[in-house]
Amino acid sequence: MDAAEALLLARAQFGLNIAFHILFPSLTIALAWFLVYFRVRYERSRDPAWLATYKLWIKVFALSFAMGVVSGIVMSFQFGTNWPGFMNKVGNIAGPLLAYEVLTAFFLEATFLGVMLFGMNRVPAWLHILSTVIVAVGTSLSAFWILALNSWMHTPAGHIMVGDVLIAGDWLQVIFNPSFPYRITHMLLASGLTASFVIAGLSAWRLLRAPVDDSAMKTLRAAVLVAAVLAPVQIYVGDLHGLNTLEHQPAKIAAIEAIWETEKGAPLVLFAIPNEKERRNDYAIEIPKGAALILKHDAEAELKGLNEFEPDRPPVAPLFFGFRLMVGIGVGMLALAWFGAWRLRRGGPLPRPLLWIFAAFTFSGWIATLAGWIVTEVGRQPWLVTGILRTKDAVGHISGAQLGASLTGYVLTAPKTLSATSPARSSARASPVTC
Amino acid sequence: MNIDLPLIFAALMGISILAYVVLDGYDLGVGMLMPAATPDEQNLMVASIGPFWDANETWLVLGIGLLLVAFPKAHGVVLGELYLPVAVMLIGLMFRGVAFEFRMKALGWHAELWNWLFWFGSFVASLAQGFMLGRYITGFEPGAGYWLFAFIVGGSVCGGYVLLGATWLVLRTEGELQKKAYAWAKWGLLWVALGVALVSIATPLASSTVYDKWFDFPRTLWLMILPAASLAAGVWVWRSLRPGIADWKPFAGTVAIYVLAFLGLAYSIFPYVVVDRMTIWDAASHDSALEFMLWGAAIVLPCIAGYTVFSYRVFRGKVREALYE
Repeated sequence: MDAAEALLLARAQFGLNIAFHILFPSLTIALAWFLVYFRVRYERSRDPAWLATYKLWIKVFALSFAMGVVSGIVMSFQFGTNWPGFMNKVGNIAGPLLAYEVLTAFFLEATFLGVMLFGMNRVPAWLHILSTVIVAVGTSLSAFWILALNSWMHTPAGHIMVGDVLIAGDWLQVIFNPSFPYRITHMLLASGLTASFVIAGLSAWRLLRAPVDDSAMKTLRAAVLVAAVLAPVQIYVGDLHGLNTLEHQPAKIAAIEAIWETEKGAPLVLFAIPNEKERRNDYAIEIPKGAALILKHDAEAELKGLNEFEPDRPPVAPLFFGFRLMVGIGVGMLALAWFGAWRLRRGGPLPRPLLWIFAAFTFSGWIATLAGWIVTEVGRQPWLVTGILRTKDAVGHISGAQLGASLTGYVLTAPKTLSATSPARSSARASPVTC
Repeated sequence: MNIDLPLIFAALMGISILAYVVLDGYDLGVGMLMPAATPDEQNLMVASIGPFWDANETWLVLGIGLLLVAFPKAHGVVLGELYLPVAVMLIGLMFRGVAFEFRMKALGWHAELWNWLFWFGSFVASLAQGFMLGRYITGFEPGAGYWLFAFIVGGSVCGGYVLLGATWLVLRTEGELQKKAYAWAKWGLLWVALGVALVSIATPLASSTVYDKWFDFPRTLWLMILPAASLAAGVWVWRSLRPGIADWKPFAGTVAIYVLAFLGLAYSIFPYVVVDRMTIWDAASHDSALEFMLWGAAIVLPCIAGYTVFSYRVFRGKVREALYE
């Protein structure tokens, strides 16, 4: 089979699955901590509204978690089947990080999830709360290991070359590689915002259907306040992450900003159609010296253009648009969360149009998270591990027919599982007493 | 350090896979028994596995994960050879995972559909796992006979999971459902006996490597302890499949059969990780990676064992109500 065809199929299959997979952890990581909060509020107040909230969201959590597990199992196979070159070259580093994720996080989550879901009447309250906390710790630990590996692929550190494979020289340097602190913080906050807006959106939806719903009102308030705090922090951390990327992966930044040639005082391109053939931006709307100001905090500073990195640079369009989509949604989230928080502080019921806007923003976090991941992952191309392994050298020798057949199978299965949101919606419709 | 790290990791991987087969085996078996039960019984059956199935499947991730990270060269070969059955198994597990959550919420024909998918996913995943085992122990030899053999192993694994599921239900349920479970377990046991006999005869014929290991007098005499003990465990399970005998006995006896079968397989294959092609030492990762993981495993695995026991203690006893009451 044609090597290019195998690469394309392997990419399509892995890309689809990983994009599908990330939807669930990006929700559950923070939702687990929301559950801790709901559970503790109930324990302290004995208010049935908080119990209803807890029982509703625990189901959404269980479902998302199960989806994360099954799509994650698929990935644990695909690492080897689609990208054998990856494990051959850097398996001595990637392997142990993945193993630590399974050992320290997966079992913890899966086991205590059972206690959390079905043990409320079987264990003392403190133990049930502790189980909820442990599940939350588990989801965050899981993020820790996977982001350590992902960050290492972007900014490798702490490794030694032995023959033509890599081994770890210093595990602390491998784990706490240069981009890791920024990436993990950015991802945890992204999960916080994703969960906040899912919770706020579905609660708003419940309030639209039944305006006097104490449980939905309490939940909405908690979610909006969390979002109002996290949104500005996320924008600040995102900026730091961008500066870190400029230092370690300048080609990615050049593509995000669509700077084709190195220039002093580069403008900030608000919108354009990047033209790969002519190496220029069509229909550009620019703020003069904007990019230089944002990235170097100096209007006359020089920014490296894509010309410096040819031919090892990522494609411009997905990064350019993906980044703008992510930032746009982020700004929208900030505005909505702050306005919502201000309205909530004023007291009284929220106006219906505002509830509709929250409902419309339900899955905004998912879109922003996916856009952000596309920016960072496509931005690493043509490398799979920056400077060490090219994506095309990692692809396997599975026949195109097999890849195609299993790809079709997964594609047919995924939409079924993606309708995972429907019980959340149907639960949201049910009155709190029944859930 | 002078310890044989690949050997330790081969043992850890074997234990993970055995744990997976026994643990997920019983919940896959319960899934396959669903069509034989009434709707109320189905709810109890699902409730009996509800708190555990997520953690049970995690053992598969650990087993495959260890293959990937400790024996990366073998992972590529094994999963490359088994690409399609793996994909089929994963699709089965996905259907099952989704159906598990949805069947509790859906109404009318939707509930029927999810029930059916739960059964179908369990069956397909089990069959695919057995098929993979059959391909694996014959070293992925091409030819129709070997494929037929793999299908026979697939069927036997389904029977084995049905036996595990039924004895699990004997342990966890009471009344009518328990009575049915006794009958299911007997069918499962017959099926397993047939399967094990077929596989035990066919494997040495299909693989000369396995033949040489077992038929080497006088070692053969010692090795006959394994099939003899399996037979004894089988008889013991059969005799305890009736009311009045402690409910845990059939399940414990079934687990014993699995442990014995596992030992037999491990003996047949060792020291290969890909039969006739690659030993565990050929396929192992660099010692630096294995050593780093060994620390983690040594600290974490006892904790996992501890809180798994805790979870089974919390949910011990008979299930009497459906989940999410």
